[in-house]
Amino acid sequence: MKRPSIELLEDKAKQTRRHIIRMLGKAGSGHPGGSLSAIDLIVALYYGKLRHDPQNPAWPDRDRFVLSKGHSCPALYAVLAETGYFPVSELDTLRQFGTRLQGHPDCHLTPGIEISSGSLGQGLSVGLGMALAAKIDKKDYRVYVMLGDGEIEEGQIWEAAMAASHYGLDNLCAIIDNNGLQIDGPINQVMSPLPIPDKWLAFGWNVIQINGHDMKKILQAYDEAETLKGKPTVIIAKTIKGKGVSFMEGDADWHGKAPNKEQTEAALVELA
Amino acid sequence: MPVKTTTTKMVSTREAYGETLLELGNAHEEIVVLDADLSKSTTTAKFGKKFPNRFFNMGIAEANMMNTAAGLATCGKVPFVSTFSIFASGRAWEQVRNTVCHSGLNVKIVATHGGVAVGADGCSHQCIEDFALMRAIPTMTVMAPCDAVETKKAVTAAYHHKGPVYIRLGRAAVPILTEEQDSFSIGKALIMREGGDVAIIACEIMVAEALKAAEMLSAKGVEASVVNLHTLKPIDRETITMVAKETGAVVTAEQHVLDGGMGSAVAMVLAKESPVPMEMIGIDNRFGQSGEPATLFKEYRLTADDIAAAALNAYNRK
Ligand SMILES: Cc1ncc(C[n+]2csc(CCOP(=O)(O)OP(=O)(O)O)c2C)c(N)n1
Ligand SMILES: [Mg+2]
Repeated sequence: MKRPSIELLEDKAKQTRRHIIRMLGKAGSGHPGGSLSAIDLIVALYYGKLRHDPQNPAWPDRDRFVLSKGHSCPALYAVLAETGYFPVSELDTLRQFGTRLQGHPDCHLTPGIEISSGSLGQGLSVGLGMALAAKIDKKDYRVYVMLGDGEIEEGQIWEAAMAASHYGLDNLCAIIDNNGLQIDGPINQVMSPLPIPDKWLAFGWNVIQINGHDMKKILQAYDEAETLKGKPTVIIAKTIKGKGVSFMEGDADWHGKAPNKEQTEAALVELA
Repeated sequence: MPVKTTTTKMVSTREAYGETLLELGNAHEEIVVLDADLSKSTTTAKFGKKFPNRFFNMGIAEANMMNTAAGLATCGKVPFVSTFSIFASGRAWEQVRNTVCHSGLNVKIVATHGGVAVGADGCSHQCIEDFALMRAIPTMTVMAPCDAVETKKAVTAAYHHKGPVYIRLGRAAVPILTEEQDSFSIGKALIMREGGDVAIIACEIMVAEALKAAEMLSAKGVEASVVNLHTLKPIDRETITMVAKETGAVVTAEQHVLDGGMGSAVAMVLAKESPVPMEMIGIDNRFGQSGEPATLFKEYRLTADDIAAAALNAYNRK
């Protein structure tokens, strides 16, 4: 795969941020904060790393991406549309009756969605199963799972973390959208999962820490994760919830609230 | 009336599962097996020994195990997931609902140690709610075979069926009631005995009690049909309606709480298709406890005597 320039990735990130704001504004509900914190990581993955074919979503040798923090699906829908899995115009149907773009991911309906999600804490285990299947079949596809930093309070994440290192799944890469916030406030006040890197190290993972809004650093991290053998890798990406829209940044109240008409317009001006 | 011959050979359904997995594993490369530190009890250890590369002990972490199976299924594997029924259907319920079933994945959950017949381990290990929990999930197939011969067929049918399946098996050795040549298909009940006065519909090891009850009733001049409802979902509306119409009185028998169990499922069919006097044998709003299975069957009114008494009640209400 020819890797696009950093400028192009940054343009795509801006464009998909606009999609996120527009579709949430139109839907009247949904989750902007975690979509905007995750979008750079997802854009970099789909345009710069993932082996995938939008014309053939079921290609057996594709790399897999599991969005475990399913509420951030507007970010993934925007990228799937832009990469050609379905028409960009369909983004307007988000959350409406009969839509293929459900409020949380539904793998029956949306091309490119690997597994239904929305119930937090489950995606790393699914990725683990996919990574095991690759090992059994001696295939070289890789599996990426995106987790929220509040999501890792779920016990099942640590069951999966233990199992992935037990089985030496170096084809599995977890990406933590470390925006520091969950619904009820800062993660260290609600139920602290800190220190995050030490926990993953203790569970036998390679740990890479980056700025999750720096395209160059993100791509380097994806590359480095691929070279590390014998263990799974977690990329802890420091991000800003609501990134790109000044009045949403760092504010837990924008976790699960859609912008109204004026707010949508103001946000689009910022993202122009 | 032809009566099925019951032999005295005793084999647990979990043992039959372990044997069947070996056969299926030999024939089908894509079968993988996951267990949660109970592989000796569920008997999946046999598969693990023979096919170490396709067996994954996931440790004491059932939620993770269920979703790992989901991930394997997305990649074309056919995972059989085993642990005790309380943990498979209880601890991992939401994983089964939200990830396995909602994603429509080909995961086979074969859960052992169902019901109070588990015995001495007591309440924490006696799952009497799994039928309700698993039946409630859209698209799930739920089976509870009555003996080792039928277990082999149920597990094989589960492999060939596309989609999620839950099978409840038992701990204890139980008599062989069915024969190799008896037909088996998912959703098609097996008539074990024919009689025109009352119909007993049972599943799992309660089929044995139902057959004994039918003999007792026969001695009193009441002839009972016995239906082995090995598949709870999709339910065999046709056979249930037919026996209700033929006999005019129905008793259900299960090792499960009455709420949401097999009896409720049968009642749902009959309320619409053919309302007849009905009695239900099952556990009435209580937890299990330690004890010999036979003692517990008496305590919870699950014996052949209880079924026969209920059948007479239903018969007398006609
Ligand atoms: C099992 C489960 N519990 C609760 C929720 C409700 N919920 C949705 S998002 C969320 C907070 C997630 O925080 P985090 O993982 O940090 O996500 P992000 O900040 O990236 O949006 C919660 C509690 C859920 N979806 N699943
Ligand atoms: Mg967060």
